[in-house]
Amino acid sequence: MQRRRLLQTLGMLPIAGGAGALLAAPAASSKLLIVFLRGAYDCCNLLVPTASNFYYESRPDIAIARPPAAGAAADPANPTAIALDANWGLHPALAGNLWPLYQKGELAFVPFAGTDDTSRSHFETQDGIELGQPLDRRRDYRSGFLNRLAEVVNGAAPMAFTDQLPLSMQGRAQVPNMALRSVGKSALDARQSRLIADMYEDTPLAAPVQEGFAVRANVARQLSAEMDAAGRGAVSARGFSAEAQRIGRLMAQGYNLGFVDVGGWDTHVNQGGVKGDLATRLGNLGDGLAQLPAAMGPAWRDTTVVVISEFGRTFRQNGNRGTDHGHGTVYWVLGGGVRGGKVLGEQVVVDQAHLFQNRDLRVLNEYRAVLGGLFARQFGLRPAQLAKVFDGVAPRDLGLV
Amino acid sequence: MKPSLSTLPLRSARWPGVAGLLRNQGQRGRWLGGLLGLALVGGCAAVGTSSDPATALQSATRLTWGASVPAVAALSRSSAQAWLDAQLRPSSAPPTLPGPVQAQINAMTISQRPVAELVADMVQQRQAANALPDDAAKQAARNAWQQEMNRLAREAAQRHLLRAVYSPRQVQEQMTWFWLNHFSVFQGKGEIRAMLGDYEDSAIRPHALGRFRDLLGAVVRHPAMLQFLDNAQNASGRLNENYARELMELHTLGVDAGYTQRDVQELARVLTGVGVQTKLGGDQPRLPAAQQALYVRQGLFEFNPRRHDFGPKVFLGQPVPGQGLAEVDQALDRLARAPATARFISGKLAHYWLSDDAPRALVDRMAQTFQRSDGDIAATLRTLFTSNEFQRGAGGKFKDPMRYVVSALRLSYGDTPILNTAPALGWLNRLGEPLYGRQTPDGYPLNDSAWSSSGQMETRFELARAIGAARPDLRQAVEPPVPGSPAAAPTPPAAPLPAPDGAHALYGQPPGADALGARTRQALGQAKSPAEWNALLLSSPEFMRR
Repeated sequence: MQRRRLLQTLGMLPIAGGAGALLAAPAASSKLLIVFLRGAYDCCNLLVPTASNFYYESRPDIAIARPPAAGAAADPANPTAIALDANWGLHPALAGNLWPLYQKGELAFVPFAGTDDTSRSHFETQDGIELGQPLDRRRDYRSGFLNRLAEVVNGAAPMAFTDQLPLSMQGRAQVPNMALRSVGKSALDARQSRLIADMYEDTPLAAPVQEGFAVRANVARQLSAEMDAAGRGAVSARGFSAEAQRIGRLMAQGYNLGFVDVGGWDTHVNQGGVKGDLATRLGNLGDGLAQLPAAMGPAWRDTTVVVISEFGRTFRQNGNRGTDHGHGTVYWVLGGGVRGGKVLGEQVVVDQAHLFQNRDLRVLNEYRAVLGGLFARQFGLRPAQLAKVFDGVAPRDLGLV
Repeated sequence: MKPSLSTLPLRSARWPGVAGLLRNQGQRGRWLGGLLGLALVGGCAAVGTSSDPATALQSATRLTWGASVPAVAALSRSSAQAWLDAQLRPSSAPPTLPGPVQAQINAMTISQRPVAELVADMVQQRQAANALPDDAAKQAARNAWQQEMNRLAREAAQRHLLRAVYSPRQVQEQMTWFWLNHFSVFQGKGEIRAMLGDYEDSAIRPHALGRFRDLLGAVVRHPAMLQFLDNAQNASGRLNENYARELMELHTLGVDAGYTQRDVQELARVLTGVGVQTKLGGDQPRLPAAQQALYVRQGLFEFNPRRHDFGPKVFLGQPVPGQGLAEVDQALDRLARAPATARFISGKLAHYWLSDDAPRALVDRMAQTFQRSDGDIAATLRTLFTSNEFQRGAGGKFKDPMRYVVSALRLSYGDTPILNTAPALGWLNRLGEPLYGRQTPDGYPLNDSAWSSSGQMETRFELARAIGAARPDLRQAVEPPVPGSPAAAPTPPAAPLPAPDGAHALYGQPPGADALGARTRQALGQAKSPAEWNALLLSSPEFMRR
């Protein structure tokens, strides 16, 4: 289906119309998917500071071993970090899925990223990030940053691939949502759908109700295509892989602002090292994200996927071979147009002296500045438009795209 | 036809549109009407002093899990005031449930076996499985263990749902859900699946309307919470601050109360040694003489002084002398009596029962009651329920999935016993709010917008269709009973699904659907069958709110 026709079907064309049209950024073929890792993943075991002795002293049980010295052979029985550069290594769970993307220059990491909120509360910080508003003012809990982005990007077609509409997508722009773990055909026929939509016509829920029917029908069509493909011998992916493939196809077809979240990163106890709970989760996530280039086809060229989390974890392992709530984290940026193969952004030496409150990584790359810089470049936002998305922050262009 | 409904006002004359509809459709007059119409919107009184039927209906809509024929009848019989008194101060004797419902609950393993025994068995079974040398046998034993654990969690969920639908103590049942959500534990961790039934019945429900401090104390000592937030691992020199943080942020003070990272760490130190012992019986561990008297074991709860940090602490600006488990009580006293806790809890109660933005003056008055009464939850609720703000707020709260599903069941089934709860539990799953299914300790959100997105609404309509058509028929038991349990005795087959105009409660009401909006009435008028009429009714904007 043509993208334009899909948008018409979904009734989304007018999203940036009206007063918003004055502000609208150039029509975007660009696509953005935000992947939120809820629970504050342990970034220090994803992007491993291999040059830091302090890292290995701080994590006697859970550290990821240094890559073999130059010239030395790797021991398949004892996986190590994959060397990215002299300072950083990658968790081996990403060797088979995302490491090739890094080598192709389609994946970059931004360490010392996050928010200035130091509450170390999952819920407070997740909300804060999704709202994307200044911390020193009263918050508007009905306005998330992706929703505001949808308001300023011309032809924006936002979609949350979640059961519930996330805070980042709540706001004035109408955003549909639907989780893609398992969806089938609607049980309601067209007449029943119309009768129900009629009941809601004069209510505030009129738009979401209509959109729910439209999106469901569209997703069901997509999935029947998927089943056909599977019937012709395609390998059916499991878990997040299947979900990511569906997200990729739907985004390639019609949506250009997406959000999905992945939970279960709160590793207070026995998080493991090269193997274990965290490694399994990272591997599943990597497997899923690695489906996107193929699922999106030519649209991958214009796509940026940003993986974020509310904060990092304590730099030192705790008494239970896990990690507690920390501060700075590592963002991942991938996509066909990403200028990756690098670890980007402001950085400091990883040692005790440079820890924040002698506990965790600092935030040197504030997320609103970093995402603001990325959005400005990707969607061609003018300063006034960007200020609508992230008020009161100077964008920092890290050269991600 | 339910005789008790003869007390309901049939106000169709005031709503000629509906009267006309009902006349034209003939048969439709036997379908649901007056009860729902009134229950959906009603007048303005919340808990009035008279027992007039309109007030009874409105009270049932707002103060029970959802209006049902028996609830409205009960409210009509007594004065609203007396009804509320009884709801807020329920007796400790078990409530009366319909016979077949009570029989189902009685037959459950979680009703028959003490939690300590159950958990000890399950731990042993897991260890035995892991010790098997043969890989295939090990896998089979692990699968059996998983299935049994899932079954125990399902029992707890079934029991919770049955009580929500049928218990006459509706305020207590809603508060039990509320506190289970406030003190949320996720079933997927550790042995929690085997502990859920006890967590609900011994830690939550008995205190759901009592003193907050008692509730908090019961939760802190319950193995489900100690496992979920890792305090079972928290020991001197191996500090795990997970529970300490959430105890302040989510359970008592709220995140903005001004405590510090230092307070989190100090509370974590206070909580060292508070843990879970899953072995049955046995002697207490060998301890230095000075510590022996400080050892505590109650069921699965254990305080082990050997793992406790006895150093002096400073918590919330006050010293906590090192003294063992008594430190925990001291810290909980401080937390439960903090003004921030009174405000946080009162705000959350108002949010749950009234609206996303409850008037600040009302929350202040509730917090005053909370503090004046030393955290009396029933007294705090009384301040809420009898306030003018509450009376004015009818129809303002969007139902979360649990309320949507339970209110639909109560309306549809009345006092007809549900023998198959599996579909309803599946509906909660599809709507994203399964019992004990929240992975994070913050509990499910209570705000309207969390549950009114396009995907949510579409799913709700599909479920409305299933419920409206009574497919599957929840009155028929489908799950095989546990071998050896009383329910394993053969039972006579349930009556077949009635024809759409039969005795099924949703169809069995007298006419008078007067308070529905014009668009809803128009849509109902186009229904082609009773099942579709029901589906539309349960899909209507009016039924989404209370």
